[in-house]
Amino acid sequence: MKLTHLLTSAALALGLTSAAVAQDKTKVGFIYVGPIGDGGWTYEHDKGRLAVEAQFGDAVETVYQESVPEGADAERAITQMALQGADLIFTTSFGFMEATLAVAEKFPNVKFEHATGYKTLPNVSTYSARFYEGRAVQGHIAGKMTKSNIVGYIASYPIPEVIRGINSAYIHAKKVNPDVEFKIIWAYTWFDPAKEADAATALIEQGADVILQHTDSTAPQAAAEKAGNVVTFGQASDMGEYAPFPRVSSIIDNWAPYYIARTQAVIDGTWESTQTWDGIGPGMVGIGEISDAVPADVKAEALALKAAMAEGSYHPFTGPLKKQDGSDWLAEGEVADDGTLLGMNFYVEGLTGEIPN
Amino acid sequence: MLKLEKRPQPSQLWTWATPVLAVLITMVAGGALFAALGQDPVAAISTIFWQPLFGEFAFYYRPQLLIKGAPLVLIAIGLSLGFRAGIWNIGAEGQYIVGALAGAGVALAFYPAESALIFPLMVLAGAVGGWAWGMIPAVLKLRFGTNEILVSLMLVYVAEQLLAAMALGLMKNPEGRGFPGSRNLRQYDSAHNAELITGTGMHWGVVAALIAVIFAYVLLSRHLLGYHIRLAGQAPRAARFAGVRPARLVLFCLGTSGALAGLAGLFEVAGPAGQVSIDFNVGYGFTAIIVAFLGRLHPFGILLAGLLMALTYIGGELAQSNMGLPAAAIQLFQGMLLFFLLAVDLLTNYRIRLATKEVA
Repeated sequence: MKLTHLLTSAALALGLTSAAVAQDKTKVGFIYVGPIGDGGWTYEHDKGRLAVEAQFGDAVETVYQESVPEGADAERAITQMALQGADLIFTTSFGFMEATLAVAEKFPNVKFEHATGYKTLPNVSTYSARFYEGRAVQGHIAGKMTKSNIVGYIASYPIPEVIRGINSAYIHAKKVNPDVEFKIIWAYTWFDPAKEADAATALIEQGADVILQHTDSTAPQAAAEKAGNVVTFGQASDMGEYAPFPRVSSIIDNWAPYYIARTQAVIDGTWESTQTWDGIGPGMVGIGEISDAVPADVKAEALALKAAMAEGSYHPFTGPLKKQDGSDWLAEGEVADDGTLLGMNFYVEGLTGEIPN
Repeated sequence: MLKLEKRPQPSQLWTWATPVLAVLITMVAGGALFAALGQDPVAAISTIFWQPLFGEFAFYYRPQLLIKGAPLVLIAIGLSLGFRAGIWNIGAEGQYIVGALAGAGVALAFYPAESALIFPLMVLAGAVGGWAWGMIPAVLKLRFGTNEILVSLMLVYVAEQLLAAMALGLMKNPEGRGFPGSRNLRQYDSAHNAELITGTGMHWGVVAALIAVIFAYVLLSRHLLGYHIRLAGQAPRAARFAGVRPARLVLFCLGTSGALAGLAGLFEVAGPAGQVSIDFNVGYGFTAIIVAFLGRLHPFGILLAGLLMALTYIGGELAQSNMGLPAAAIQLFQGMLLFFLLAVDLLTNYRIRLATKEVA
């Protein structure tokens, strides 16, 4: 068993060194889960890739592969990039975790960066953004903007990342509007315009006049535009083509600074395995322009909230907070620790329905 | 002017020549597509067809061909039996999922015990799981006269929901910090469907696919049941006179193709994929339909077609990451293959003649 592994890695490492000698440019690879044209998640990662190219010019060559299925195919795609001499590979979806680790074991000299995962190796880092900070701003605006007091939420998969977003948005909507109610639809996809449009329409029919989405396409924006007076927020990307209404603001993933910094570290030989989780402060999470459809005072409050999170004086998960079942979670003034947030598998008090299991 | 004339008998020559012709036309049309995208067409085509086999890193890609091709062949062999008899199982993807779930379920139930019996039990569970999922459309068809195409297809979506529920619930890794997905079976020696010989890509799924090819060949050419299958597809009325019992054929074909698809799922989840995750299925069950027809529903044809399909996948990925071709262009290229195959199929049943002007 062990011997088998050793032999395989030896064979692969051999192939790698011969490829690495042939080129002196730093080669950076990107594995995308969706098409670049999704207008959301993958689109923003690709913007990060282009920023790396713009920053380093001829010193760096980037390669990418889009729409890579999670699972066995991902392992081949990543191996292929390592074989072709990539020095640094970003795998940009949670589902690539096991594949990234499997390939990283075979290529100890290649650096890997896995987005939104939690397993590391000496040559595997993880990185993610504190999107829940952006969700707090959204929740605040949503709570103020809703007239029906029903906020629809298109959730993707019931994983901590998504549950955190729901909780954060709900807490801040509830703060400014005690009557607010969240209706959540689980779409079980990150990107499927048809399914997302269906979910949006269903939520609107149930009376929602604000729609938050944790899926990547602009289909919910289009559905809201058609319905008329429904407010939306851009997800992952600005989705500015739907501004000023229905899209009144957005959460923008900004990977460029991180990608540039990590590429620089590889060039300098200072790269180390790290676990990065950055928010609004360092600029990994951006809040898109709040449009004029939002009243000026609400906009000012939202921006103040954003500024407080950026400077670190306010944490979106600050007590007193209870869990959905009524048990105590955070005492007055207590702030949630990262460990709990990273594994969050419960709703806060007031949310209805169950997390699918 | 050209004129089509129906052949009295399907042409033997063209039956075998059309797949080759389709591949060639696909290369030409695909080359034109790549050229329109601003790439060197010859380089693109050679990246797809040549690099994985004889390129610098062929030592890695050749085994990958087997890994990618084995589930396609295994499923397509099962499907071809039914297709020959006019029994249309479109839901192999669902049977593949259920087989994987059943097999992985056995492994996870025994974790962390180590025993040489676990893997054979998983194989059995995988086959039974797929078989059972295939029996649903079979029984519904016999009992209520439902259409097996619709039922088996709809059951794919049921299976996908079941998969998501398992990845998020019952089979979720208790040490996975609340993230979806089961334990990694590759790190569980008794359950791991490992390479039998290092560096060859040869795992039990590949062995099973080869055995299935041989069995299917013997069945179809030497066995009475195989004769009945062929007869039922070609002349249903005559088949009835010859003593073929359609109900038995339906049960056999849907059951066998389900079991083989279930096996493919089990070998995948215990080997290359490693874990039950929400996105475990990547469409092998649907691609296998193409493979079955590309291989002319003949066992050896399917073997070649499966490998060819695997080659376009792996070469296509190479072309994406090396040449920056968009994923959609590669999918289009694969779609062309089926399109041209169906188009030139015309030549099997029709003859093209130059129409002479008729004199009044």
